[in-house]
Amino acid sequence: MVMQPASTELAERTAAVISELKNLEGPLIPILHGVQEEFGYVPQETLPIIAEALNLSRAEVHGVFTFYHDFRHHPAGRHVLKVCQAEACQSMGSDAIAAQIKQKLGIGFHETSKDGAVTLEPIYCLGLCACAPAAMLDGEVIGRLDADKIDEIAEEIRS
Amino acid sequence: MSVTIYIPGDSGSLSLGAEKVAKAVEKEIAARGIDARIVRNGSRGLYWLEPMVEVRTEAGRVAYGPVSAKDVASLFDAGLTNGGQHKLSLGDPEKLPFVAKQTRLTFARCGITDPISLEDYEAHGGLAGLRKAVSMAPADIVKQVTESGLRGRGGAGFPTGIKWKTVLDTAADQKYIVCNADEGDSATFADRMIMEGDPFVLIEGMAIAGLATHATKGYVYIRSEYPHAIAVMDKAVKVARRAGVLGKSVLGSSQGFDIEIRSGAGAYVCGEETSLLNSLEGKRGVVRAKPPLPAIQGLFGKPTVINNVISLASVPIVMDKGAQYYKDFGMGRSRGTIPIQIAGNVKHGGLFEVAFGLTLGEIVDEIGGGTATGRPVKAVQVGGPLGAYFPRALFDTPFDYEEFAKRDGLIGHAGITVFDDSADMLKQARFAMEFCAIESCGKCTPCRIGSTRGVETLDKLKQNIEPEKQLALVTDLCNTMKFGSLCALGGFTPYPVMSAIHHFPEDFRPAAVAQAAE
Repeated sequence: MVMQPASTELAERTAAVISELKNLEGPLIPILHGVQEEFGYVPQETLPIIAEALNLSRAEVHGVFTFYHDFRHHPAGRHVLKVCQAEACQSMGSDAIAAQIKQKLGIGFHETSKDGAVTLEPIYCLGLCACAPAAMLDGEVIGRLDADKIDEIAEEIRS
Repeated sequence: MSVTIYIPGDSGSLSLGAEKVAKAVEKEIAARGIDARIVRNGSRGLYWLEPMVEVRTEAGRVAYGPVSAKDVASLFDAGLTNGGQHKLSLGDPEKLPFVAKQTRLTFARCGITDPISLEDYEAHGGLAGLRKAVSMAPADIVKQVTESGLRGRGGAGFPTGIKWKTVLDTAADQKYIVCNADEGDSATFADRMIMEGDPFVLIEGMAIAGLATHATKGYVYIRSEYPHAIAVMDKAVKVARRAGVLGKSVLGSSQGFDIEIRSGAGAYVCGEETSLLNSLEGKRGVVRAKPPLPAIQGLFGKPTVINNVISLASVPIVMDKGAQYYKDFGMGRSRGTIPIQIAGNVKHGGLFEVAFGLTLGEIVDEIGGGTATGRPVKAVQVGGPLGAYFPRALFDTPFDYEEFAKRDGLIGHAGITVFDDSADMLKQARFAMEFCAIESCGKCTPCRIGSTRGVETLDKLKQNIEPEKQLALVTDLCNTMKFGSLCALGGFTPYPVMSAIHHFPEDFRPAAVAQAAE
């Protein structure tokens, strides 16, 4: 199989992430996190670079990359909204909340809006189980979601 | 005199607007020219009152809550800085019944101190356990932890001291302490709260574990869903290193110990200890078969203590006050205290640390105050997504590892989710299977395939396709998963499924659906 050679810029940025974390014990997951932070997702072209630097096979790196829910195969929207769908939130109506959010944003779970404004994802527990239903918008936590808070979220996404 | 105002920085409080409150308080302080200092403490765990703002007065601390940003100006008008009366006044927080009824050993400082101030930590009894441990022989530390009766608070309930002894007795050039902070179970947030509210107690517990077993390196594996906890732990480790608590010499002793914080990557199964070890090594978070035990061949094949956050955070008090002190709390073989996390559809949700032995009914009805919606309680799931659903008829079950096991349940990480009478138990059973299918690591067949077949079978039941046959099938499937899976994910998913079927049979008879179709 002929691999598309990675662009020089991408290779350099990937190498910089690797060199910073390579000396950790078990560096692969920190590196994947680092690459995702750098590019917003983990570009396929970075995987062979990581594999070579860590003396792993491409299959091993691919296997780890695809195992974890966090690592993105494509860029996300400008905002990422994660809505908790675990039991404690279910007991407070997270199903209905998720339905309202999907309707408001016009997308379903694991989808990004056409204008690239937002990616919507389910998440299984934010540890806000006494403040249910809960969500996380770009790393900021939101508890006791209701119609008003959904409106605020939608407004922030559009701004 | 400078006034100290406490506004929690705990993510539960942040989710309810604590950041906006803090900004508003800052603004008022500046506008009114008040000499005041804001401390971003952890949460005391009374989440229906968060954000709970406290002020230190000459007569002690005075609390207000739940405070929103728009209340702040009126709080200052009412004389907040002197503990003045306001409609949100709660008085002395220690006298609130939810606080006064607790026995806070592990969470003694959580919500009270500045989480990343080591001075504050020491002023409130911190480091006393580690100071004692530094002058003790490793075997004596292990003995004290064993005698305290402390059992793994992650859910398995394995005696902590025994695990440590195996690591101490196994010779190796390198040993590790791994803290399992992959708190993925819904209804649980004790690990998050202690990491955000009192991170030094975990660091101290890990350092003691290091001294007890000759381990020099520790890892805290924190789930990526907890960015605030990761940030606080990162800061606290740096502070501890600068102060000589961590580093080449622990508090001037001959042994070194250091800690590194690692983030998970969104895999529930990594809360299983062997999956977590694989993940730390940079592999897929696939479960390992045991033996070998992690205590003998753990991280990178080296002897490893792997303990839950709360187990490790309970060690400092055991070392400080002695094994007997800790052991005197509790019942049967469940010794000490347990931080019960009351969650879901409940009026007074939060963290309640208490000696083992309260009944489930006392926890839900008296401490939790019943449902938030005001409707009757239908079911309570105890122990997270892998825990059983308990009906009201079993509310006399005491909170104790063995008592829950006797009733085909488990206390797990001590999180309980309350559901009101609108809950559909068939839907909950299906979710348990679905969640297992999403999160299965794929290594063993009963979990990987059984969970998907379980979802399909319950869907057929819902559609009233040969219901008796589906129920028999799902029961058989649960039996296979329970006894044929490698770890608790596949092995315990049958608990919520079978308990729902057993205790709420009316929800599994699709009579209403059938009638509607006719």
